[in-house]
Amino acid sequence: MYDVATAAVEAALSAGARYADARVMESRSEVMGARDGHVEQVDRGERAGVGVRALIGSSWGFFAIPDPSPAAGRQAGQRAAAIARASTRVAGPPVELVDVPSVTGSWASPCEVDPWSVPLDEKASLLEGVTRTMREHGADTALATSNVWETRKWLVTSEGTRVDQHVRECGAGMNATAVGDGETQRRSNPGIRGQFGTRGWELVRSLDLAGNAARIGEEARALLTAPQCPSLDATDLILGSEQMALQIHESVGHAVELDRILGWEAAFAGTSWLDLAQLGSLRFGSDLMRITADATLPGALGSFGFDDEGTPAAAIEIVRDGTWVGVLAGRDSAAVAGLPYAGAVRADGFNRLPMVRMTNVGLVPGDSSLEAMIAATDDGIHMDTNRSWSIDDRRLNFQFGCEIGWEIKGGKRTRMLRNPTYTGISPRFWGSLDMLGGPDEWTFWGTPNCGKGQPIQTGHTGHPSVPARFRGIRVGVRG
Amino acid sequence: MSAARPGAGRAETQALLLAERVLGLVRARAASAEAEVNVRTGTLALTRFANGVIHQNVAEELREVGVRVALDGRVASARLDGPAGDDKLRALVEGVFEAAAVSPVDDDWPGLASPTPSPDVDHWDDATADASPDERAALVASFVSAAEGLVTAGAVSTAAVHAAFASTAGQAVTGRGTSADIDGIARTGTSDGVARHSSVRVASLDAAAAGRRAARKARDGADPGDLEPGRYEVVLEPSCVADIVDFVLVHGFGGRAVHEGRSFVRPGEAQLDPSVTLRQDVADPRLGGLAFDAEGTPRRAVDLVRDGVTGAILHDRRTARLAGAESTGNAALGPNPYGGVPASLILEPGATSPASMVTSIERGLLVTDFWYTRVLDPKTLVITGLTRNGVWLVEDGRIVRPVRNLRFTQGYAQALGPGNVKAVGDDPTLFSHGPDDQLLVPSLHLASWAFTGGAKG
Repeated sequence: MYDVATAAVEAALSAGARYADARVMESRSEVMGARDGHVEQVDRGERAGVGVRALIGSSWGFFAIPDPSPAAGRQAGQRAAAIARASTRVAGPPVELVDVPSVTGSWASPCEVDPWSVPLDEKASLLEGVTRTMREHGADTALATSNVWETRKWLVTSEGTRVDQHVRECGAGMNATAVGDGETQRRSNPGIRGQFGTRGWELVRSLDLAGNAARIGEEARALLTAPQCPSLDATDLILGSEQMALQIHESVGHAVELDRILGWEAAFAGTSWLDLAQLGSLRFGSDLMRITADATLPGALGSFGFDDEGTPAAAIEIVRDGTWVGVLAGRDSAAVAGLPYAGAVRADGFNRLPMVRMTNVGLVPGDSSLEAMIAATDDGIHMDTNRSWSIDDRRLNFQFGCEIGWEIKGGKRTRMLRNPTYTGISPRFWGSLDMLGGPDEWTFWGTPNCGKGQPIQTGHTGHPSVPARFRGIRVGVRG
Repeated sequence: MSAARPGAGRAETQALLLAERVLGLVRARAASAEAEVNVRTGTLALTRFANGVIHQNVAEELREVGVRVALDGRVASARLDGPAGDDKLRALVEGVFEAAAVSPVDDDWPGLASPTPSPDVDHWDDATADASPDERAALVASFVSAAEGLVTAGAVSTAAVHAAFASTAGQAVTGRGTSADIDGIARTGTSDGVARHSSVRVASLDAAAAGRRAARKARDGADPGDLEPGRYEVVLEPSCVADIVDFVLVHGFGGRAVHEGRSFVRPGEAQLDPSVTLRQDVADPRLGGLAFDAEGTPRRAVDLVRDGVTGAILHDRRTARLAGAESTGNAALGPNPYGGVPASLILEPGATSPASMVTSIERGLLVTDFWYTRVLDPKTLVITGLTRNGVWLVEDGRIVRPVRNLRFTQGYAQALGPGNVKAVGDDPTLFSHGPDDQLLVPSLHLASWAFTGGAKG
């Protein structure tokens, strides 16, 4: 497929581009869904095509065709250049792409059990079984899904980069819904959508869905009669690692995307409360807060060998001992910001423009544990598993809801609480972090549904996470 | 058996021929199989701008083939977005049969739609289908220059889609649609102002007027002050109302939600304010949409709410079967857990201008946009979210000052409940997510809205 990408780049250059790159991508996907003991959906998808970026002056153009042939590549290159030329009608100041050495290479994600080799009836048996179990243990509706994605892509740039990658991802999850007179309650496992990674089917087998299905059904039912999470202006809040992954994704990951900081997403996804002038000095959280964006973590959902501009995967410090020190960047945004690194640009398919996306943005573990946090808390609430998430367009003011909570009194977890929610302002919230789980509880959560961009793209991101305790948090917000 | 829409052009006819090629392969593979095929072709283009310059400018050719088969009650589906040569189509069909063979018998399989004519609609504009990147760039330039020096950001998009459906039951229909949108903000440093315009026709977009409106709203919203959270009377501009209606449709009127008891809707009851009438009508000339859904069922004109009384539920064939009802033509392309997705929906406008809504308020808020709204409980439809792009305090019928964004936690069904809707606007506004996902709503004046937090927490 390199010949297709090369033809596309050459066509764009011949049509006047001063830089061009082309991605040929072949991908396939499979989703299976079961409801209440029966498989309800088996859907497979296959996509193939070429997408080309062309740069004329400081103006970009992109065109994609669902046809990975040299002729289509040439056509896409010409069209991308024509679009770039149209962009020059409303052009910005001159920009150079931040320097990245041209590379050649290949990369493949680790995979012990090829998800495509697992018989569909084995997948069906798993999903049907757990939904039956959840129904037998209190769920009015029980759902389970599995997903498989496989992508092969070939990138060629006019600067000489030629890289190809083979990425296999999969995951699964389940949820139980109990319906009461006035409301519904839901429990999910392992997380709100399941768990996902750049791994083979061994990931799904490690989840032990069957071993958790009864508990999930029972908890959904029990939540209907559990007391409401109290409305408190300030309490100690302990979050499980799954909810922490969401907390990191929404309030840190998106906030440090350089395109948002520069205003490139202002009209749609929004901006960021972070000001580049404060990079290196701004206090984002307490000393315990150490965040990295590490695209090299084996098996994490945001891992790759090279980003979609050909920048080799790397680990970038984002927050060091509570101080904001890094961003997620691409070659053009880094150049505009005067930063020396890129490496966080991806597209969700051949037909989408590569843009700044999270890699694996997560916490470096601390030295505590969930058990120790509960024991150290006189009066507080433990919440876990994300149910709702809402945050303002600057990624500052958030309100998140969890599926389940527990009251903590005198260092012990006591009664279950329903409808737990908490709210905060990001740096104040992170500044109250005072206990952090250790390496034993470090989990690489995968988020397969990160929406961003126009046209919308669905990104796959990873979030290494541990349980954490925050002090003086407002909980139980109700209308 | 080809039955392209009367007046169908070459692209629609070719899409139908492609669908029938796939059906032919299905029949050759298993003569007794039931199958339906959807084909979408066309072009999608979008020009984004930020900080007053075009920074992203994309376009793509669209060619998607989807097939669903049922063999001996075992059902599977597959999609192809790529070359549609014979070898690829054979592989597509082989793959879907392979998946169906190992799928368990689907007891709720509703079968295929029988051959039925679709409504005679053609929401199409040649100029929009042919819109060039230069034309989109010119619209951006007009918006930017009309904003009179303020920082701007937004997007101009055009789309043209040809659709065909064919099934082994003999249903064969085609359609097409175009859409054009401009959506932009102007920024003062302390405020953003927004303007949007959607149409079937790109020539209808007045980018300069949108730029002027965005700039005016930004200036009017500059230097906002804090306001204590609490319950306020509100005038919600159409964008907010679109958000409310979207949630009410999916979680309230979705066939799956009703069947599973997760919906607030009890058809036949006066659950909403008498001023609320919500209906689906793809033939309405004020908006676009295709005349049939992904199962080939004609989109039916139905009243979901008439004068506050809840009525029709949005069904695909599966949820219709479960409910003992007929499909309303709301099946979605591809995997869909919701069962009945909205298309071509209208919240009927009233006779009150937004300006006179404001003059009737003693103390309340004028809200431009909602942002990042999420469900806290699907049955009560309690939603949390924030305001965006301008909020103003209204006292004694006058706008007195802009306020910072607020968080709200509000039951959406309750917001439209009896007695809470004080007036319905005379400003029906189209919101488009492409040629086949369109919503027309006006402003609303509501008696109460629960703001639960300020910008500072």
